[in-house]
Amino acid sequence: MTDRDPLAAEVAPKRGTGRPARPLPDGMVERRGAGLWLTHLGLIVGVAFIFFPIWLAFVASTVEQQAIVRPPMPLLPGDQLWENYSRALISGINAPVALMLANSAVMALGIALGKIVISLLSAFAIVYFRFPGRRVFFWLIFLTLMLPVEVRIVPTYEVVANFGMLNSYSGLILPLIASATATFLFRQFFMTVPDELAEAARVDGARPMRFFFDILLPMSRTNMAALFVILFIYGWNQYLWPLLITTDPSMNTIVMGIRQMFPSGDDIANWPVIMATSILAMIPPVVVVIGMQRLFIRGLVESEK
Amino acid sequence: MEKRVTFKGIWLPLLLVAPQIVITAVFFFYPAGQAVWQSLFIPDPFGLSMQYVGLDNFRFLFDDPFYRASFVTTAVFSILVTAVSMGVALYLAVLADRLIKGSGTYRTLLIWPYAVAPAVAGVLWLFMFNTRVGVVTWYLGLLGYDWNHVLNDGEAMGLVVVASAWGRISYNFLFFLAGLQAIPRSVIEAAAIDGARFWTRFRTIVFPLLSPTTFFLLVVNIVYAFFETFGVIHTITSGGPQQATTILVYKVYSDGFVGQDLGSSAAQSVVLLVLVSILTIIQFRYIERRVHY
Amino acid sequence: MATVTLDNVRKAFGKTQVIHGVDLDIADGEFIVIVGPSGCGKSTLLRMVAGLESVTEGEIRIDGARVNEAEPMDRDIAMVFQNYALYPHMSVFDNMAYGLKIAGTPKDEIARRVATAAGMLQLEPYLKRRPRELSGGQRQRVAMGRAIVRKPAVFLFDEPLSNLDAKLRVQMRLEIKTLQRELGVTSLYVTHDQVEAMTLADRMVVMNAGRADQIGRPLDVYSNPKTEFVAGFIGSPPTNFLDAARLGRRAKGARLGIRPEHVRIVPEAETDLGGTVAYAEPLGAETLIHLRTLDGQAITVRQDGAHPIPEEGATCGIAWEPRDEMHFAESGQRV
Repeated sequence: MTDRDPLAAEVAPKRGTGRPARPLPDGMVERRGAGLWLTHLGLIVGVAFIFFPIWLAFVASTVEQQAIVRPPMPLLPGDQLWENYSRALISGINAPVALMLANSAVMALGIALGKIVISLLSAFAIVYFRFPGRRVFFWLIFLTLMLPVEVRIVPTYEVVANFGMLNSYSGLILPLIASATATFLFRQFFMTVPDELAEAARVDGARPMRFFFDILLPMSRTNMAALFVILFIYGWNQYLWPLLITTDPSMNTIVMGIRQMFPSGDDIANWPVIMATSILAMIPPVVVVIGMQRLFIRGLVESEK
Repeated sequence: MEKRVTFKGIWLPLLLVAPQIVITAVFFFYPAGQAVWQSLFIPDPFGLSMQYVGLDNFRFLFDDPFYRASFVTTAVFSILVTAVSMGVALYLAVLADRLIKGSGTYRTLLIWPYAVAPAVAGVLWLFMFNTRVGVVTWYLGLLGYDWNHVLNDGEAMGLVVVASAWGRISYNFLFFLAGLQAIPRSVIEAAAIDGARFWTRFRTIVFPLLSPTTFFLLVVNIVYAFFETFGVIHTITSGGPQQATTILVYKVYSDGFVGQDLGSSAAQSVVLLVLVSILTIIQFRYIERRVHY
Repeated sequence: MATVTLDNVRKAFGKTQVIHGVDLDIADGEFIVIVGPSGCGKSTLLRMVAGLESVTEGEIRIDGARVNEAEPMDRDIAMVFQNYALYPHMSVFDNMAYGLKIAGTPKDEIARRVATAAGMLQLEPYLKRRPRELSGGQRQRVAMGRAIVRKPAVFLFDEPLSNLDAKLRVQMRLEIKTLQRELGVTSLYVTHDQVEAMTLADRMVVMNAGRADQIGRPLDVYSNPKTEFVAGFIGSPPTNFLDAARLGRRAKGARLGIRPEHVRIVPEAETDLGGTVAYAEPLGAETLIHLRTLDGQAITVRQDGAHPIPEEGATCGIAWEPRDEMHFAESGQRV
């Protein structure tokens, strides 16, 4: 679990990252002519730098092993795309990649949904109720913001092992939702919901859970979606934790499974299949990020709102 | 910060917080407490019992030249990753901010490495620089440069730094672009009327106004380099050669799980805890106060 | 339709008492306005009637039945909030229907009641919209509509007009009054605006630091304030207060209050009291003249706009009829 809680940064106060101001059309500071093209050129170089490793991986996933082991490898895609990807998905090297994809999906969805659900419930309780232990609970939340997961790798492993949760989905998921960062974010959001809404709901006859489901949840939709993106990626990209607790190849997640595909010793790695797997490992989180771009950026950059 | 309105009841709220309490207690507080506890003990040679040794684990730790070296490695690594990823991101954000049309397109093109796992990023860069089949290695060879990060400390460090920074550019770019777009155009136009050229404007107006964003990113990126780059290092160098890329987090893992030295690993965890707590406190306190418009 | 009774109602937050025993009898169909400056406890009092705040001491009865412990929904009340408190994700229709849905009212009955209320409030074209697509005045109407559809025994209004601009406020004030007359529902209305209080109330309650200083019909309160606070709070421009001792005559009580419209500018020779004109505000129908007496007390005179306006800096005499004088003891009570 090297990955620090993904929301730890979001919880901290941020300044100067407000809503973008609308640029003035044809402002006098805007570049024209050659300057404009230089700007585009600079950005295109940047995009190329970002894309090049991914492009190479894609090319490698479409050629034969022979094309790679005799450098230099080609820079344009070959004709082995179908073979390499089906080989990876169906048989893989230690375990079929399709299975690893499914494991990753269960883990990422479990972490994202699990954390959102328990955080919503407890944030609702600490914001809208006065109950014994509320103060203590609140301070415990702050503590989980302070204590990173790194501090507990070994003991957490022992706990999971004692529960017999090695090589299980619950072992993959539960330790990673054990922090209150999302609770803190939902609490901050609930605090901005006007008191009068809850009062109006009470006058309208809504009991607490009815208010929660009818009013609070629909109002939290944007926050929930943004958190979902961040947490899904966090869960999908986990590396150390699955590496520690999934010894059975059939429980491997795809991100950690790639490394397991490298041969030990001097054997030559099966690069086309490894690269096909890498591309497959990127697709789901990239689709989530691009597809929910607006929500995601809002959640990331403006989560103080 | 208290709500004026509350619902009545005691059992319902307790029921609502119960799942979180249970999960956090079992998988967070208990293990964290264990880590602190274990850092005060060493197992006997047969692994049958634990012996209380006070702060000896910490003393051994700081006497260990490898651990001290790991501190330096971590510092160098974090500074380089932060500088590279923030520098490139700021450069791209300044360019994108100058565009009236099309900055959204570039944003879409630039955000998605955020979604690429550090471990996958490691594999991609390892592939390019692989000593046997790497494309970049091969072209460097043509130029007469013999790249070998498996043997060369500096090259190994350079590779893990670039691979770690690469995946981080998106995140920094998003924040810098938002920060730049939040600066009122009128301020920049006023400076332009005052005769300030682009570089002067950037140095005297834009960069100071961007300081809250910059400071926030500084802390967040250091935290990232400390804790989230395990996957990159594990896939590319496994901490080598000769521990040249063994950062603190990697050492917790290799001593605790590979070396099975539980006392030392626990003590290292506690040291990390102190470090991250300091960073978190800075993040909360310092950002609020010092850096403002 | 109901009566509301407050019997020695007190409220404390921890050790701080904010309501010091209020007694009030509201008749069926009556429109009561609670008015006072911010922090006087008027909203707290209303929220206690609503059931949103607990009652520390005393009793609140609606139609004779004690409701201290009852949940808001069981009190047969409806409330209009200052910021409207519309559910942002629901349409206008759903906002109005929400309470009825929870109560399990049949669908066709809900539709009928919402339609009636929407008709009364001219909201028919907006039923499908979300609150953020409405203007301030329209939102205000939706908040009213939400209260009306419930057919409650008591309406509670918590500064419902204070978020509107001045012109709209006057218009909505009239509408609220008309609606309340039409429906005949007992109403309790909180405001800090004394004009709203004067124009809307059948009877008004002037609150001061957790106490009801005076309860009465607006004109009675105006012409016969029981305390110095009421005399100063109700009326604009406010009552002039003069140090009785320094006036040196008819020294009854500690201070003498005289309303601006009761003060006349007279030739200096005709009176023993005079001052310098600090500045004059001609408002058209009337003119406000601010004077400073020789011993430094400020007096405002309100006179007909047709009267001549004295120059700034000029000295002149002032006078009033003795029957318009109000005398207050050191405690603020009327003597």
